[in-house]
Amino acid sequence: MSLPRLLAGVRDDRPLSLAEHLAIHGSAPAAGPELFDALDDAGLRGRGGASFPTGVKLRSVAARRGSKTVLVNGAEGEPMSSKDRVLLRCAPHLVLDGALAAAAAVGARAVVVAVPRDAPRALDALHGAVAERPDARHVTIAPVPVAYLAGEETALIRYLDGASLKPTTSPPLPFERGLRRRPTLVQNPETLAHLALILRHGSDWFREVGTLGHPGSAMVTVCGAVERPGVQEIALGSPLDNVLLHAGGPSDHLRAVLVGGFHGTWIPPAALPTVTLDDEGLAWHGASLAAGVVVALDVAACPVQEVAQTMAWLEGQSAHQCGPCSNGLPAIAGELARVAAGYDDGHGLARIERWGGLVARRGACRLPDGAVRFLRSALEVFPLEFAEHARRGPCRACARPLTLSVPASFSTVAA
Amino acid sequence: MTARIRVDPIACSGHGLCAELLPERIELDEWGYPIVDGEPIPPDLLAHAREAAAACPKLALRLTAERRA
Repeated sequence: MSLPRLLAGVRDDRPLSLAEHLAIHGSAPAAGPELFDALDDAGLRGRGGASFPTGVKLRSVAARRGSKTVLVNGAEGEPMSSKDRVLLRCAPHLVLDGALAAAAAVGARAVVVAVPRDAPRALDALHGAVAERPDARHVTIAPVPVAYLAGEETALIRYLDGASLKPTTSPPLPFERGLRRRPTLVQNPETLAHLALILRHGSDWFREVGTLGHPGSAMVTVCGAVERPGVQEIALGSPLDNVLLHAGGPSDHLRAVLVGGFHGTWIPPAALPTVTLDDEGLAWHGASLAAGVVVALDVAACPVQEVAQTMAWLEGQSAHQCGPCSNGLPAIAGELARVAAGYDDGHGLARIERWGGLVARRGACRLPDGAVRFLRSALEVFPLEFAEHARRGPCRACARPLTLSVPASFSTVAA
Repeated sequence: MTARIRVDPIACSGHGLCAELLPERIELDEWGYPIVDGEPIPPDLLAHAREAAAACPKLALRLTAERRA
C-alpha cells in the first residue's frame, strides 16, 4: 500500500463513517503487549514534536501499576499547524482505533481526546465517531483552549485536571503522574493513527515508506509563500523541494523556509535542494521535523519583522512561571523590537545572543528552548538583515502582513 | 551515591541565597536566578550544598542523591 495511508479515502466535506473506515482499512486485531515489539520494529516516533520512540513510551506506561489513562493530545498549539485537526475531522476512527489499541496494550481504561475549541469540525467528527462505536464508551472528548501551551503535555494535564493551563515541574513525567495523578500515556493523534495501521499491517509494512532512520509517512502542514497551502501526507525523507511542489510550488522567489514551526529552524535558499524531510536529513541542517510545519518565506517578506513579532508572540504565550519566561524572553523580545525599529545602541544583537544562551534548558517546559532555537537560527541565516535594521531601522517590507501568522482564535494570554 | 543540585524553575523566584552559600557551583544570571550545571557535587561541598538547599525561601533548591548501579 502506497501513500496516502492515514488519509486514504478521506473526503473533504465530512468524516469517514465507521463502515467506510472499515472498508478502507479493515478491522483491527485486538492489541496486547506484543504491540510494543511491533512499534519498536516499526521505528515509530511521536509526531507531536518531540519524536520520542512510541514503543518506549507505551512500555513505560504499561509498567506502571494502578489505573491508567490515555490522553490524545490534539491541542495542536503550533499556530501554523493544522495536520492534527485535519486528521481528526477526516479520519476520526483511525485515531480512535489507535487510542483504544494503545489503551488496551498499556492497560488503561479511560481515553481522553483533547481538541482545540476552534476546531468545530474535528470536535463534531469525534463526537459522531464515538457515538458510532460500542468500544468507545470510555472515551471523553475535551475541548481545550487555543494556546501555544495547550500542546505542552504537563500544562494540558493540569488544565484538564481543573487548574490553569500552565506547565508543571517534571519529573514526575506524565507516564509517572498524569491525569488525576494517574500514569498517563500522552500521544499525538497522528502517532496513534500510525499505531492503528501498524497493528493491522505490521512493522515491515510500515517501513516500506520513509527512511531507515525515520520510517513511515508523516502529515505535514505546508504554508506561507506556496500556491496551495495545506496538509499533505508525505513519505519521510521526501525532498523539501518536492513537498513545496506538491503545495503548488513557491508563489515567489524564496528567502528561506522554516521547518518545524515556531520552534523550528530556518533553511537558507542555497541549502533547499539538499534538504530531505526526516529527522536524520534535517539534522544536517540543525533542524528537525517537529510537528511537521513547513513555512515558505518569500523574498518580499522581512525576516527581522517576522522573527521579532513571533518572539514577542511566544513570550506572550508563555506562562511567565520560570526565570527564562519572566525575564529572558521579555528582555529578548524587547531588544528585538528595538533592533527591528532601528533604536539600537550598537550592542542589542550581542545582548540578544547572550540572553538566548541564558534561557535554554532552564525552564519547566521547552517553550523557552524552542523559542531561542528559532531565534538563533534566524540570527544565523539573516545576519545582514538584522544588522541593517539595527543600523537603519525598518525596511519597506516591515509593514507587510506577516507570513508567520497566528489564527485570531488564539488566546492572547494562556487561559 | 552521587549528589546533585536541582532547581525547581517554577518555585524559584530568584532570591539568590543559594549562590551566596554555594558560590563554587551556583552563579546567578543577570536577573538573579541561579544557573546550575547539574554536575555531581564533590564530598567536600556537600555540607554547603545542603545548607544552600535548606536556606532557599521557596524550597526550590533540592539536593538529590542517586544510587549508581
